[in-house]
Amino acid sequence: MPTPSHTRNPFTSVETPAVGVEIQGLSKNFGRLEVLKDVSFSIEPGEIFVMMGPSGSGKSVLLKHIVGLETPTAGRVMVNGLDATTEAAREQVRMAMVFQAGALFNSLTVYDNLALYLREHQVADENGIKEKVMRALQILSLEQTAQKFPSDLSGGMKKRVAIARALVMEPQLLLYDEPTSELDPVMSATISEIIALLRDEYHVTSLVVTHDRDLALNIADRVGILMDSRLVFLGTPAELRHPSNEKVNSFLNPKIDLKNPRYKKLET
Amino acid sequence: MKQLTHILEGFGSTLQLLLRSLSYIGTLPRQRGRFIEQCYLIGYTTLPIVAILSFFIGSVLALQAGYSMQNFGAKQFIGSLVGLSMARELGPVMVAILLAGRVGSAITAELASMKVYQEIDALVTMNIPPARILVLPRLAAVLVMVPVLAIIADLVGWFGGAIVTKYVSFISIEPEAYFSVLRRYMKFKDVLNGLIKAEVFGFGVVLVCCNIGLNTRGGPREIGAAVTRAVVVSLILILVLDYFVTKALL
Ligand SMILES: Nc1ncnc2c1ncn2[C@@H]1O[C@H](COP(=O)(O)OP(=O)(O)OP(=O)(O)O)[C@@H](O)[C@H]1O
Ligand SMILES: [Mg+2]
Repeated sequence: MPTPSHTRNPFTSVETPAVGVEIQGLSKNFGRLEVLKDVSFSIEPGEIFVMMGPSGSGKSVLLKHIVGLETPTAGRVMVNGLDATTEAAREQVRMAMVFQAGALFNSLTVYDNLALYLREHQVADENGIKEKVMRALQILSLEQTAQKFPSDLSGGMKKRVAIARALVMEPQLLLYDEPTSELDPVMSATISEIIALLRDEYHVTSLVVTHDRDLALNIADRVGILMDSRLVFLGTPAELRHPSNEKVNSFLNPKIDLKNPRYKKLET
Repeated sequence: MKQLTHILEGFGSTLQLLLRSLSYIGTLPRQRGRFIEQCYLIGYTTLPIVAILSFFIGSVLALQAGYSMQNFGAKQFIGSLVGLSMARELGPVMVAILLAGRVGSAITAELASMKVYQEIDALVTMNIPPARILVLPRLAAVLVMVPVLAIIADLVGWFGGAIVTKYVSFISIEPEAYFSVLRRYMKFKDVLNGLIKAEVFGFGVVLVCCNIGLNTRGGPREIGAAVTRAVVVSLILILVLDYFVTKALL
C-alpha cells in the first residue's frame, strides 16, 4: 500500500495533508443496549478501510461517532488528532458521509442538493458550482435527474445522488454507509472504482461500511469485521479469504442449506 | 419534578438556539433568497385569514359595545373602544395566534421531518449549521412581516367596526363620527404598543416552533406530536407574554 501524505483537491489541485482516524476504546450504550464495546482501531491517512459485519452490529453507529453525530459512552474518536465531537474537527477536516438512507434534502432538487454545500461554503461562483455539480452527476449517470426532487427517484438513484453529493464536497475523509446496497452489479462496480480512484488520485481517506464482498476484496487496504459489538477481525483482504475465526468464516461464506435451514435451527 | 426539568430544558435550548442563530447574523445578506421566501410564507399566506378574522372581530366588538352602551347614551364612543381594543390587544394577539396555527405548525412539521429523516444530520456533517440556514431567515422574516400583519389587522378591524356602527339599526352612527372619535382618543403610542407586542409574540412563536422541530427524536410519529406540542406551547407563550409585555408597556 502506498503511503500518501496529502489529499489533493480534484478541482484546484491544492494539496492538504491526508487525514487519519483513531478510535480508542470506543463504547456506546443506548440505555441498556450495548451497541459498541471497547472498539479500537485506526484508519491510516489515505487508505480505504472496509467495515463489515452482521445487520445491527453497530456499523452505522460507529460512522456517526466519526462525524460527531453521536457522543461516545466511553473512549474517544480522534479525526486528524481532533476530538470528533468538537466543532474544530468539523471545521478543520472536510468530511462527507453517504448516509445509509441517503438523507437527501427532500425540499431541494437533486441539483440543489449537490450545490448546497458549495454555495454555503462559497467554494465557487454559480458557474463553477454548475460545472462541479454536473460533473459529479455525470460520473454517476444522473444528468437526467438534475431537476427532479428526491421523492421522484428510485432507491438506487437516491443512493447515487447521496454519493454524488458527497463527491462534490471534495472531502478529505469520506464515510460510506452501504454505498452499493441498492445498486445493480455494474453500478456497484462503478462505485468501487470511484472509491479506489479517489484514493489513488486524490489520497482521500475512506471508510466503507458494506456487505459487498467484491468491493471489500478488490479495493480495501484493510478490512474490519464488527460482530456482537466488538471488532473481531482486522486485517488485509488476503487474510480475509482464509479467516482463522470460525464465526467470521461462516459470516462471510454462508452455505445455503435447503435440507437444514437456519430458521429451523432457531426453533429447536 | 420531571415536568419542571423538561420546561427548564426547553427554556435553555430555546435560548441557546436564539444565541446561535444571532451569531450568524452577518450571513443574512447572502441568504436573501431564503429570507424573501420566508417573508412570503409568513406574510403573504397569512394575510387573507388575518384580514377575515380581524374584520369580524372589529364588527363583533362594535356590536357588543353598541348593545351594552346604548342604555347609557354612550354609543358615540364606540369608535374609541373598537380602535383601542384592536390596536392595543386584539390585533396583536390575534395575529400571533394565527401565526402559531398557520406558520408555527408548518415550521415545526418541516424541521421535525428534516430531523427524523436525517437531513439535519447531513447538514451538520457538511458543517452547515441548521441555525444559520433554517432558523435565522425565519426569525428575520417574522420580524419584518409581523408589524405589517398587525397594522392590516388594526385597519381592517376598525373598518369592520365602522360598517357595523353604520348599518346596525340600534347603533347607526355615521363613519365620519366613528372615525373622528377613534382618532381623538387614540394616540400613536397605542398603535406602537400593539406593534411591539405583536413583534414579541411572533418572534417567540417562530423561535419556539423552530426549537421544538429541531429537537424532535424518533420516527415519523414524533412529527405529529412535535407539531401539537409546538402549537400548545406557542399559545401558552402568547398569553403569558401578553400579560407581562402589557404590564411593562403600561
Ligand atoms: N438512536 C438510537 N437509539 C437507540 N438504539 C439505537 C440507535 N441507533 C442505533 N441503535 C441500535 O444500535 C444497534 C446497531 O445499529 P446500527 O444502525 O449501527 O446497525 P448496523 O450495523 O448499521 O446494521 P445494518 O447493517 O442493518 O445497517 C441496533 O440494535 C439499533 O437498534
Ligand atoms: Mg447500518
